[in-house]
Amino acid sequence: MTVFIAPGRPDALMSYQPRYEHWIGGEAVAPAGGQYFENPTPITGQPFCEVARGTAEDVERALDAAHAAAPAWGRTSPAERAEVLNRIADRMAMNVDRLALAESFENGKPIRETLAADIPLAIDHLRYFAGAIRAQEGALSQIDEDTVAYHFHEPLGVVAQIIPWNFPILMAIWKLAPALAAGNTVVLKPAEQTPVSVHYLMSLIADLIPPGVVNIVNGFGVEAGKPLASSGRVAKVAFTGETTTGRLIMQYASEHIKPVTLELGGKSPNIFFDDVSRIRDDFYDKAQEGFAMFALNQGEVCTCPSRALIQRGHYGDFLSDAIARTDRMKQGNPLDTETMVGAQASNDQLEKILSYLDIGQAEGAKILIGGERVDLGGELAGGYYVQPTIFEGDNAMRVFQEEIFGPVVAVTQFDDYDDAIRIANDTLYGLGAAVWTRDGTTAYRAGRAIQAGRVWTNCYHLYPAHAAFGGYKGSGIGRENHKMMLEHYQQTKNLLVSYSAKAMGFF
Amino acid sequence: MAGPEASAGPEPGPAGAVGAAEVTEVTEAPARVAVTDAAAAMMRRLYTAHGPLMFHQSGGCCDGSSPMCYLAGEFRTGASDVLLAQLAVADIAEPVLFWMGREQFERWRHTHLTVDIVPGRGGGFSLEAPEGVRFLIRSRLLTDAEDAVLNR
Repeated sequence: MTVFIAPGRPDALMSYQPRYEHWIGGEAVAPAGGQYFENPTPITGQPFCEVARGTAEDVERALDAAHAAAPAWGRTSPAERAEVLNRIADRMAMNVDRLALAESFENGKPIRETLAADIPLAIDHLRYFAGAIRAQEGALSQIDEDTVAYHFHEPLGVVAQIIPWNFPILMAIWKLAPALAAGNTVVLKPAEQTPVSVHYLMSLIADLIPPGVVNIVNGFGVEAGKPLASSGRVAKVAFTGETTTGRLIMQYASEHIKPVTLELGGKSPNIFFDDVSRIRDDFYDKAQEGFAMFALNQGEVCTCPSRALIQRGHYGDFLSDAIARTDRMKQGNPLDTETMVGAQASNDQLEKILSYLDIGQAEGAKILIGGERVDLGGELAGGYYVQPTIFEGDNAMRVFQEEIFGPVVAVTQFDDYDDAIRIANDTLYGLGAAVWTRDGTTAYRAGRAIQAGRVWTNCYHLYPAHAAFGGYKGSGIGRENHKMMLEHYQQTKNLLVSYSAKAMGFF
Repeated sequence: MAGPEASAGPEPGPAGAVGAAEVTEVTEAPARVAVTDAAAAMMRRLYTAHGPLMFHQSGGCCDGSSPMCYLAGEFRTGASDVLLAQLAVADIAEPVLFWMGREQFERWRHTHLTVDIVPGRGGGFSLEAPEGVRFLIRSRLLTDAEDAVLNR
């Protein structure tokens, strides 16, 4: 067991500055309005630094820097850009513990997750896109003997990226790596709940990136996010968040005829067929862990398996084991490597989860375990902790239809394959899903029938760089990860070339 | 006229559709959306600072489930949306329209919503975030009497 010393204390691995400015054109830039906002850690609820409160003026300044840097960056060779990404990855790999501590302290997530997942995945993502951009090729089509269509990839130019607060560094890298690999420059706006871990990352890697290629503007959505998302000076907006803001960003983009990538969440079904329980073996244990994945990152994952659908034949036994497994989750100080469930990222997030615990019970859903806020005492008393909670109810209830974004799973049973697919698809969203079965045919058919962009099959919560991630239905537009993401940040230039000297014959 | 559009005020409709008698009738009807005093106070503050307001109820992840507060007209509603309420807030001249996506409403229509406010960091492009607070929806089931009127 190790408890990391909190940033700011003597002997801590890393510490935050008392104040963060914007990062524009390769340097710290004070906000034009001269204002800052406080940034609390959800571990204790206490502020630990203040952050620039950006406005339209700051966004324009960042766009100036990004536009100034774009032509030269766009002309660099793929090998040069790959080298930059690999160097960033190497620098991060030398600082995994520091980055993990920075991320857990600001977000409240358990440090065993940032050590094992957030930071290593971010590093691998950079390396993947460093390789992908070098391997990417254009295409040519021979139209006829003397006519050739050449297809070149070109960068879009300056892109806007709005980052969520649930995986601040990993989501920033998910968006930055393909955009930079493809030759774009970026203006990035972190979430106001987690504004500074990406600045800490930048403090480690700033010397590796040409000034203006990555610019960070902090602030509130309405004051800084909106001027960025509605700017006619960006070639694309990428956003991870919720549906109303997603629609608003599409509306802004429509004013300029600009593309968007939207990842807006889900209500992901986690389906356990009867045959999972046929033998109590390693696979059964893995499926039980798959159920418990609802508590990963305190449920603050767009693909949280927040609906568990368990087939009638093994419902009682499987659920009983799942409750016992949930009961063994260790909740506590996120900086303790033994902690499995940490703090929710913000007070408003905590309040929202509690409001769902209320309406779930009012609708008649039964709490099988958990259901309350946790007071961990001492200096953690002011933190935002919720017990891992299992609801049992019906798919029509709101706790089955809305992403609570907390450590809360809603469980129901199904009769047969058709019933499972019907319930799984009875949702407005289609981001993630999982199928657990020992039967390959059932797994394949269910995976194809579920209307979701990612169907984990006999696994959950794996996020390799090489697998496309994105939503069907209300969950959004576009994909992240996978080499296909490069094309989301590229224009297609077609040169249609005739090598014939003969006139076409029309005039 | 049944349905959510008529629940908290007259539905803006064809010319002449809104008469005095109808206004009296619908204001006595049960409403789908209520506002706490604290939330109303924040709306007044935002109204004074920015102008007429609207809400659109969000769904999905991150700050999903939050009622997003915008300047009236900032968010373009359309055929995919339902007007749940025209909130009458003291000292705000114009009704504050409360909207939700139609498909989402189908899954929320059995519940009554109260707009409250809590300390928080905000989210999305909602107007209140810089004030250090967040609008929050609290829900309860509609009573049988309310359900009979609002959901036919």
